[in-house]
Amino acid sequence: MHKEAAIREPLILGHKTYHQITEDVCKPIEDKAPRTWYVLFAIAAIIGLYGVGCILYLLGTGIGTWGLNKTVGWAWDITNFVWWVGIGHAGTLISAVLLLFRQKWRMAINRSAEAMTIFAVFMAGLFPLIHMGRIWVAYWVLPLPNQFGSLWVNFNSPLLWDVFAISTYLSVSLVFWYIGLIPDFATLRDRIKKPIPKKMYSMLSFGWSGKAKQWNRFELVSLVLAGLATPLVFSVHSIVSFDFATSVIPGWHTTIFPPYFVAGAVFSGFAMVQTLLLVMRKAMKLEAYIHTKHVEYMNIVIMVTGSIVGVAYLTELFVSWYSGVEYEAYAFINRATGPYWWAYWSMMTCNVVSPQLMWFKKLRRSLLFTFIISIVVNIGMWFERFVIIVTSVHRDYLPSSWSMFYPTHIDIGVFVGTIGLFFVFFLLFARFFPVLALNEIKSILRSSGESYKDGTATSPAYSLADQGLANAVKPIETKKEVKEDKTAETSVKEESKDTSGLFDKIGTATADEKDDLKKINGLGPVMETKLNEIGVFTYAQIAKMGAAEYAMLDELTGTMPGRAEKDDWAGQAKELMNNNDNK
Amino acid sequence: MADTVIYAMYDDDEVLKAGAKKLVSKGVKVKDVFSPFPIHGIDPIIGVKETRLGIMAFLYGLTGLMLATIGMNFFMIQDWPMNIGGKPSFSYLENFLSFVPITFEFTVLCAAHGMAITYLLRNKTLPGMPAENPDPRTTDDRFVIELRLSNNANFDASQLESMLKETGIVEIDQKEIK
Repeated sequence: MHKEAAIREPLILGHKTYHQITEDVCKPIEDKAPRTWYVLFAIAAIIGLYGVGCILYLLGTGIGTWGLNKTVGWAWDITNFVWWVGIGHAGTLISAVLLLFRQKWRMAINRSAEAMTIFAVFMAGLFPLIHMGRIWVAYWVLPLPNQFGSLWVNFNSPLLWDVFAISTYLSVSLVFWYIGLIPDFATLRDRIKKPIPKKMYSMLSFGWSGKAKQWNRFELVSLVLAGLATPLVFSVHSIVSFDFATSVIPGWHTTIFPPYFVAGAVFSGFAMVQTLLLVMRKAMKLEAYIHTKHVEYMNIVIMVTGSIVGVAYLTELFVSWYSGVEYEAYAFINRATGPYWWAYWSMMTCNVVSPQLMWFKKLRRSLLFTFIISIVVNIGMWFERFVIIVTSVHRDYLPSSWSMFYPTHIDIGVFVGTIGLFFVFFLLFARFFPVLALNEIKSILRSSGESYKDGTATSPAYSLADQGLANAVKPIETKKEVKEDKTAETSVKEESKDTSGLFDKIGTATADEKDDLKKINGLGPVMETKLNEIGVFTYAQIAKMGAAEYAMLDELTGTMPGRAEKDDWAGQAKELMNNNDNK
Repeated sequence: MADTVIYAMYDDDEVLKAGAKKLVSKGVKVKDVFSPFPIHGIDPIIGVKETRLGIMAFLYGLTGLMLATIGMNFFMIQDWPMNIGGKPSFSYLENFLSFVPITFEFTVLCAAHGMAITYLLRNKTLPGMPAENPDPRTTDDRFVIELRLSNNANFDASQLESMLKETGIVEIDQKEIK
C-alpha cells in the first residue's frame, strides 16, 4: 500500500468505512428524489425543449433566422461551440492527466467531471451540425464514396480536422467514463432490491464480477486510456483553435492560439466543475468526499490557467503592435476601444482579474466565493470567444462592409436551450448514476482517509456493530437454490479472553512504566487503550512479541487482525527502545 | 466435472492478502479473488499474470496509423489531388504536415476503441452477461478467496477449511458444482 505523508490533509473526512462509502453514494440513487430535483429538472427540461423548438424552426427555415450578415458570418454559433468544447475539457483532463500524475484528489470529482465533459461535448457538437443548415446531409463531412466522381472531403482543412478531433474526443471520453462506471454499476446491481432497477443495473454492469484478473485488466486499461486521452485533450482544443489560427483574418492569424485555447479550455472547464459540484456535494450530502481541500486544489488550477490566459491576452496585444502590421494592430485596438469595448473589458475583468484573487488562501477556501468566481469565469470565457470571433470579423478590410452583429431570438433560444439540455442530462446523471467513483475512492481510503491518518480507525470497522449500523442494515439472505452448506461461521469476538500464555513470553509491566505506544506505526489511540487494558504497557513487551503473540492479541482486542504483523510492531518497538536508550 | 468450491470471505483487503500469502506458501492454489476494488499486490501472490492489453493497444494504434496514412494518400494524392495555389499535390511526403492532425486522431481512436472492445471481450463483460461473484457483498465491502478442490489435489476439503480459518476469515462457504 502506498503511504502518504501525515501532514497532507485527508481526502476522505470522518470515520468512513468501505461499506459507508457505498451507502453514501448509493443512498441518493435508491431513495426517492427530493422535490428540488423535480423542480430543477422541470425548469431545465422546459428551457431545453424551447431550445429544441428553436433548432427545429431554424432547420425548417434556414440559417437566415440567425442574426448573421455578409460581414459577420460566424457569431454565436461558433462562440457557443467553442465555449462548450472548452467546458468539456475539464473532465478528461481531471481523469487522464491527473491520473498520470497520481493525484488522488481527482477520484472524488472525476466521475461527475467526465459526465459534464460528455454532455458539454454533445452540446458543442450540436452547433457545427445545425450551422451546416441542411443537417440531413451532415454525413457529407465523412470521406464516403459518392456519386460526384468520388469527390472527397478536404483533408487539408482544419474544419475537417475538427470533425475527427471532436468525434474522437467524444467517443474516447465516453468509453473511458463507461469503463470506470462498470464496477460501480455492479455495486448498485448487488444492492438494489426493486426488480426493474436491478434489471437495469445488471444490464449496465455487463456482468462485472470483480475478479482479480478483471481488476488487473481494469487498471491497465484505465492507465493506457489515460495515456491516450492526455494528448487527445490537448490536441482537440489545439485543432479547434486552428479553425481560426490557420485563416488570414487579422486577430485570428496568430501562432499563440493553440496553447492559449487549451489553457482557456481548462480554465473554463474547471470553473464549470466548481459550479456543478459545489451544489451537488451539498444536495447529495457528499461533503466528506468533496470538501474544501478539493475545492482549493481546483481553485489553484483555475488560478494557474487563468494566469496563462492573462499572459496570452497581453502577448497577443504586444505582438499585434510589434508585428508592425497595421491590420493586425487595428483589430486589437478595435477590440479594446471599438463598439464592442464592453465585451472586451468584461472578458478582461472576468478572466484576468478575477482568478488572481485566488492567491488569497482565505478566498480560495471560501465556498461561496468560489461559486461566484466560477460563474464569473464562465461568463468571461463566453465573452472571450465572442470577442475573438465577432470583433475580428465585424470590421474587415473594406469599411463600406463594416457592420454589427445583433442576435435574434433564435440565436438566444438555441444557446439558452443548450444550457437547459445540458442540465437535463446532468440532473439525470446525478439521479441515476453513481456520482463518485466508488471503486477508486475505496482504494484510497486507507492512505488518505481521515480516521486512518490519525489512527482512530478500528479496522475492519465495517463490522456492523462498530458503525452503529447494525439496525439499519438487514442481513443478506444466503442463496438457497445452490447446494450449499454453511459449514462454519467464525466469530473472533466470541472467543474467551484468555490472557494466560501471553505474558509468559513478553513479561509483565505496570501502568507506571507506560511508554507512548502510539509512536508505533499502525497503532492508534484506540488500540493503545485496549493493550493497556490487557496489561501491555511498554515497548519492551511489544518488542518480544512474535507471530503467536500477535495472533493472541488479535483475538484479545478483536481489532485490526493482521495489522501488527504487517506493520512489524515488534521491530518498531525495538527501534523506539534504542532511541530511548540513546537519549 | 464435479468439483467442490470453497469461498472464504474477509472483511479487510490487507488481511486477505496476508491470508493468501500464507495459503500459497503452504502449497494451496488460489483459484480466484473477488473484491470491490483492485487489491494492489495480490496478482503476484495468487499467480495472476500481467495483462497483455497494453501490447494490443499499441497494435490497434499502429493499425489506425496505417489506415489513416493509406486513406489520406489515396484520397488526397492518388484519387483526387487538389490544386491549391499550384502547390505540389502529387507527393504524400510534401503534403504530410497537414495530414498529421487526422493521422493522430485516427490512431488514438483505433487504439482506444480496439483496446476497450478487447477488454470487454476478454473480461467477459458484455450487456446481459451474468455476474459471477459468489456473494453480493463482494461489490461492497467484502473480499472473497475462491479455492477449488480439483486444483488442490494434495488436500481435502476439511484441510483447506482449517487452513483458511487460520487466516482471519469472517465467513466460509462450500459449494458443489457439476
